[in-house]
Amino acid sequence: MFEIFGIPSGALFGQLLIGLINGSFYALLSLGLAVIFGMLNIINFSHGAQYMMGAFAAYLMLKYSGLGYWPALIIAPLVVGLTGVIVERVFLQWLYKLDHLYGLLLTFGLALIIEGVARNQLGSAGLPYVVPDALRGGQNLGFMFLPNYRAWVIFASLAVCISTWFVIERTRLGAYLRAATENPTLVRAFGINVPVMITLTYGFGVALAAFAGVMAAPIYNVSPQMGSELIIVVFAVVVIGGMGSILGAIITGFGLGIIEGLTKVFFPEASNTVIFVIMAIVLLVRPAGLFGRRA
Amino acid sequence: MKKTLGLAALAAMLACSAAQAQQVNVKIGVLSDMSSLYADIGGPGSVAAAKLAIADFTKDHPNVKVEMISGDHQNKPDVGSNIANQWYDVDKVDMIIDVPNSGVALAVSQVAATKNRLFIVSGAAASDLTGPKCNADTIHWTYDTWMLSNGTATAMVKTGGDTWFFLTADYAFGHALERDAGAVVEKNGGKVLGKVRVPLNTNDFSSFLLQAQSSKAKVIGLANAGGDTINSIKQAAEFGIVKGGQKLAGLLVFASDVNALGLPTAQGLSLTETWYWDMNDANRAWTKRWQAERNAAGKYPTMIHAGVYAGILHYLKARLALGGDPDGKTVAEKMKATPTDDILFGKGEIRVDGRKTHPAYLFEVKKPEESKYPGDFYTLKATIPANEAFRPLPEDNCPLVKG
Amino acid sequence: MERVAPPSQAAKPSFLRANAETIAFAVMAVGLAIAPFFTYPLFLMQAMCFALFACAFNLLIGYVGLLSFGHALYFGWASYLAAHLAKVGVISFPIWFGSWRWIVIPFPPLSPELAILGGTLFAALLGLLAGLLAIRRQGIYFAMITLALAQMMFFFALQAKFTGGEDGIQAVPRGHLFGLIDLKNEAAMYIVVLFIFLGGFLLIYRIIHSPFGEVLKAIRENEPRAISLGYKTDRYKLIAFVLSAALAGLAGSTKAIVLQLASLTDVNWPMSGEVVLMSLVGGLGTIFGPVVGSFVILLMQYKLSVVGEWVLVIQGIIFVSCVLLFRRGIVGEIAARFKG
Repeated sequence: MFEIFGIPSGALFGQLLIGLINGSFYALLSLGLAVIFGMLNIINFSHGAQYMMGAFAAYLMLKYSGLGYWPALIIAPLVVGLTGVIVERVFLQWLYKLDHLYGLLLTFGLALIIEGVARNQLGSAGLPYVVPDALRGGQNLGFMFLPNYRAWVIFASLAVCISTWFVIERTRLGAYLRAATENPTLVRAFGINVPVMITLTYGFGVALAAFAGVMAAPIYNVSPQMGSELIIVVFAVVVIGGMGSILGAIITGFGLGIIEGLTKVFFPEASNTVIFVIMAIVLLVRPAGLFGRRA
Repeated sequence: MKKTLGLAALAAMLACSAAQAQQVNVKIGVLSDMSSLYADIGGPGSVAAAKLAIADFTKDHPNVKVEMISGDHQNKPDVGSNIANQWYDVDKVDMIIDVPNSGVALAVSQVAATKNRLFIVSGAAASDLTGPKCNADTIHWTYDTWMLSNGTATAMVKTGGDTWFFLTADYAFGHALERDAGAVVEKNGGKVLGKVRVPLNTNDFSSFLLQAQSSKAKVIGLANAGGDTINSIKQAAEFGIVKGGQKLAGLLVFASDVNALGLPTAQGLSLTETWYWDMNDANRAWTKRWQAERNAAGKYPTMIHAGVYAGILHYLKARLALGGDPDGKTVAEKMKATPTDDILFGKGEIRVDGRKTHPAYLFEVKKPEESKYPGDFYTLKATIPANEAFRPLPEDNCPLVKG
Repeated sequence: MERVAPPSQAAKPSFLRANAETIAFAVMAVGLAIAPFFTYPLFLMQAMCFALFACAFNLLIGYVGLLSFGHALYFGWASYLAAHLAKVGVISFPIWFGSWRWIVIPFPPLSPELAILGGTLFAALLGLLAGLLAIRRQGIYFAMITLALAQMMFFFALQAKFTGGEDGIQAVPRGHLFGLIDLKNEAAMYIVVLFIFLGGFLLIYRIIHSPFGEVLKAIRENEPRAISLGYKTDRYKLIAFVLSAALAGLAGSTKAIVLQLASLTDVNWPMSGEVVLMSLVGGLGTIFGPVVGSFVILLMQYKLSVVGEWVLVIQGIIFVSCVLLFRRGIVGEIAARFKG
């Protein structure tokens, strides 16, 4: 076994893999943010809270109706996505003509409400959610012990990210979406119902966050504050990647997960600031972000 | 004529009863974390415990009138010291109790010292409260960091866990736990193989756990608290660390944490507590009453709740003996002079530095198949007598000790 | 008589209108001066610190159109530095001279005015560094960058030794102002805070009504146009940012001395959100709005401490309803009525 910078290569591979897992969450969340931003021009501050809602939906389904992880993986995003649709209809649609900052403020307020309600109803100590039976245990890869569930997280989030990218960039529906972002009036003239499209896009972005939440439930504790810390990191990820491109959001998410993972080995004290430092450097060198177009 | 006689008789009766038992008015403030990280170890449960204590005491001593208010410090030292200032100044609170979260407790302790009002700590862990930052108005009841790390580390080294790796929350509190526990490990002939400083509120511990795993240490010491502890234990189970032969030592784990984690995840964890609901009949009976008062059948009281109960009882005893409206120092002195005795902690004393001493117990979390009923969490592994459980007075560096 | 009457009737409201701000300022100053006789002074001092903080924040959002979602950074770090200077004094930091060396400036514990000054200057420096990065992007990105930078510095505050981590810096001595006036006396402390608040407020007022302020407003209305008029808008924005950070720092330093405590609460992101809320409730881009807003919000937190757990939800509801229904805020709505 050889060493890199004094760290055995095995341990290093292990850490890379773990970085990839965290990257999955960054990618899923920043993807949702990018999709919403592309269509609504709103930074969805409640994204973290909606991620938390996904995890809680899974928890509550298990507790009250006995529905396990696999149904939750489908149902929770649908339910939370539906709440997203309602939010868009009731609140967000009134803001499109205003300064974009109001969208940020409104969704921030929503995030506070969601987190506050969750704290009151469910306490903040954090609730356990067990790993589904099929994914218990793990593989001994020689250099590390990889829990099956973690492997599944990487696989599932990659699959979701790539299919989202495919739908938006390579299908007719995606073409409409992109066109509506560029020129809503023209698309409307083609007989496409743009407001409905906007609503559904928001619902979809929110569902993505909820999906990430369900995925996170067995790994992390299900707690009301699980989203609020994460969302700020994801904001930094989004600034680094630039929100112009879907693929950019995905690549940046996974990439930063890996870099963060490496930091945990070489300089653990800095592991929760490294993404912000990278953000500062990117801003100096390429203000529009790695994949962004200059606004 | 008859009327005057009647009045005179009434006056005589009143005078008589006043002489027999002077009315004592007491106002207690339960300051806790009601909605956040520590709401389950303190919070509404502490309020319930306080109500029980007040009910029990006033039943026997109807001339003591106790009023209670409660507040939420939100784990913020500034909020805590604000409320304390206001309670002491405006609301005329005589004593504040509980205050989980060391930062807030240190802040409140300072306010108490300035106002010369009493403060009984049950929820906070910092041993500094009876160490360098002690004062004559503060009494520390239930547990502290020195006692936790000493209890867990000594017992584990003695039972063969002589190599340690620390997972330390990267801030003052985590450093203190790691330092205290590390010193105990080495004093008992063990060895600290390494440590990793984990930023607070890290979601993902897997990377750090891998480092702990590859250190091959027999014991992984978790020098963290709250959500961090829960997440690290959970993920340790996921990575098969306990199954792989390494032991986890929680330096700050409560029954409510174990309840939240569930036995399948928490099994095999070693921890120290000073009170456990299922230790004896008295505790079990009290737990029933607590659950009824708290209106939470599935929850179990923590040692902090027990400390709030016992602390208030002892405080009221001192107030009854003193009568009137004495200042904080006077009450504290009286409390220190009187040996403590209550149904939950048994006999004990409060030392000159404000430290309440009682035995501590080393527990191991049961395997799911060993647990016979809900709440059956621990197996008792060792009992540490009161005089060894807490930091010896000379090592305190508390200014009160010299005098 | 009859001829004179109409103009005088007309003159009255126009006098009120023309001098509305002066009158409001006088009412505010007098009100604050007598308030401690009726209300808990510590609460008032704290409220004034937050009011100044909100005014500083409002300078950016209201007059330059920049939403900083990380203003807790300057408020909190200034309070740390002021607390440290007043309690310990000695400053040491590593610097790169070919290799890392520790620079130690052996200050003694400083008197409160110097500690506050130090905190304020430090906040200005942080504002300069953060501003240089953040003004490279606009709008929503600007908000996200300031938030991320503030979160980064929150983690530094958590890990740095001198901040005391979760405990914060406690038992900060209030000391003697100019070495003479003992600030342990609540009345003296109150007067000092009142002066700092009113001074900061007037400074912001001056900035807004200066030619510099006019350029800022031009940038807010239409930045490309301001650029085409030959203004180096980035430089203006940076200066405004530094000023705002410094004033937020002044508020934070003062709070640290008043409460004798600097803690993580003041650097964490909910604090950034709170100052946004205060300004929004009071009225973005109004001079008195942030003051009114911060008093309202603090009073709410104070009165609602009974329902502790619901504060977050109530704050959220206020945010949402302000954005949807009262975008002008309290003062903005009143001013609109007054004019209409």
